[in-house]
Amino acid sequence: MELKANNISFSYNKRRQILKDFSLSVDSNRIIGLMGDSGSGKSTLCKILAGYLTHYSGEVTLDGNKIPDRGFYPVQLIFQHPEKTMNPKWKMEKVLNESWTPPKELRDTFGLKDQWLTRWPNELSGGELQRFSILRAINPETKFIIADEISTMLDAVTQVQIWEKLINHAKANNIGILAVSHDPELLEVICDDILFFDEINNL
Amino acid sequence: MGKLLEVNNLSISFTQYVQGLNRHDTKVISDLTIDVGEGEIVAVLGSSGSGKSLLAHSILGILPYNSHVTGEIKYKGNILDQELKEKIRGKEICLIPQSVNFLDPLMKVSEQAIGECKDEKERDEKKVRQREIFSKYGLDESVDDLYPFELSGGMARKVLLSTALVGNPDLLIADEPTPGLDAKSVKETIDDIRNLKEQGKGVLLITHEIDVALKTADRIAIFYSGYVIEINNVDNFKNADNVLHPYTKALINSLPRNGFNLTEGVQPLEDLPGCPYWENCPIRLDKCKDNKPELVNHDGIMIRCFNFKGDNDGA
Repeated sequence: MELKANNISFSYNKRRQILKDFSLSVDSNRIIGLMGDSGSGKSTLCKILAGYLTHYSGEVTLDGNKIPDRGFYPVQLIFQHPEKTMNPKWKMEKVLNESWTPPKELRDTFGLKDQWLTRWPNELSGGELQRFSILRAINPETKFIIADEISTMLDAVTQVQIWEKLINHAKANNIGILAVSHDPELLEVICDDILFFDEINNL
Repeated sequence: MGKLLEVNNLSISFTQYVQGLNRHDTKVISDLTIDVGEGEIVAVLGSSGSGKSLLAHSILGILPYNSHVTGEIKYKGNILDQELKEKIRGKEICLIPQSVNFLDPLMKVSEQAIGECKDEKERDEKKVRQREIFSKYGLDESVDDLYPFELSGGMARKVLLSTALVGNPDLLIADEPTPGLDAKSVKETIDDIRNLKEQGKGVLLITHEIDVALKTADRIAIFYSGYVIEINNVDNFKNADNVLHPYTKALINSLPRNGFNLTEGVQPLEDLPGCPYWENCPIRLDKCKDNKPELVNHDGIMIRCFNFKGDNDGA
């Protein structure tokens, strides 16, 4: 499968344009890195690809077709701060099962402990919460993952664990990944190919 | 060289109400020992959300009311009690906070840097000093009258740093100064911190980014599950063979440039009766499960592991 962004232009207000004629393509079974400085518009692009922002010009297609806005969205976004994506008044078990019910073996693969399920989000660390975010995102209907700085706030040991498990799962299930980061060393080791944001943004 | 700051066996816990009137104690920092000398940068490295910032807050005396603190903090050899903390914070000890959110949005930045003054004379003196420091960091006079929302991210960071320096402190505590910054701003921040050291100031750098610690600090303390498990010189962190604790080795080997090697295991949620790393440790001994190792000095390296004998033990 191919996720394509064609000539995307976007601005939040009239004063400053964020994206201009931005195009990229990600193949499933490939991991593409996207590197850029903070404030350059990487996260905005992620939100457009994952269907969070809709008032842009240009188009996002999956195998040449527009992605329907009903039903499960096959492009899933994982954010930098997992604690901001979870209902603070839900226990982790409910948070985990929000999208689908990940089987026990998958929970084990991602190192998710059963005792965490009865906790509230504020009782777990960023690394623990990020494992929940990833499991929620790898719903069987997911075709592409947009990973927006998902390991920036984590320690180096957890960073390896999370990426290794996510990449293995993606390769085995033909899921494509767009890995967004400002860290060239990280992208160098995890990606098949690296794109530079400023070079493809025509501003 | 005199020690500016000594923290001995500091523990911090919180009492929280869970479901009605049930109270629950959560231990966040356990038995933390660390020191900072003049002209020295010491980094505390731990994952985010692990409670490292509370160390900064307890040194400044700004912990919330439901916290319990045991242990001892000394500043220049004197016990740092609440009274002394309130007297010297903002003067001899200053905080460089994490983010722009620490600036008052309704106050001009120069006013914030100058802060409260007793009289006109003190105010004039501080104004001169504020101008001096602002220009040193490339903030010209037009910046003085700006409000925080008018600053770029990089300028705001320089304002935070300058504000901390106006009181001419001897000890600075930098709490996560770099997250969310791009490579260029990170480099600037690193240079600024190193520059403080050259001015003879002591810096306690609290961070989760190992690269920042490696590029600035003289010594690095590794914070794991609420405990400091190793304090080692920065040069020893270049090679996993030169650090002692198995978690520290795993951390170095997991860096992208050192092979991105996988180590399984997560930090325990509860305070265990034995070593905090027991569950994941490749060199654990029988006694590690139920006995807690102390932080000992092993050939100049502080280490919390039964596999390494302290210089004062036995023999």
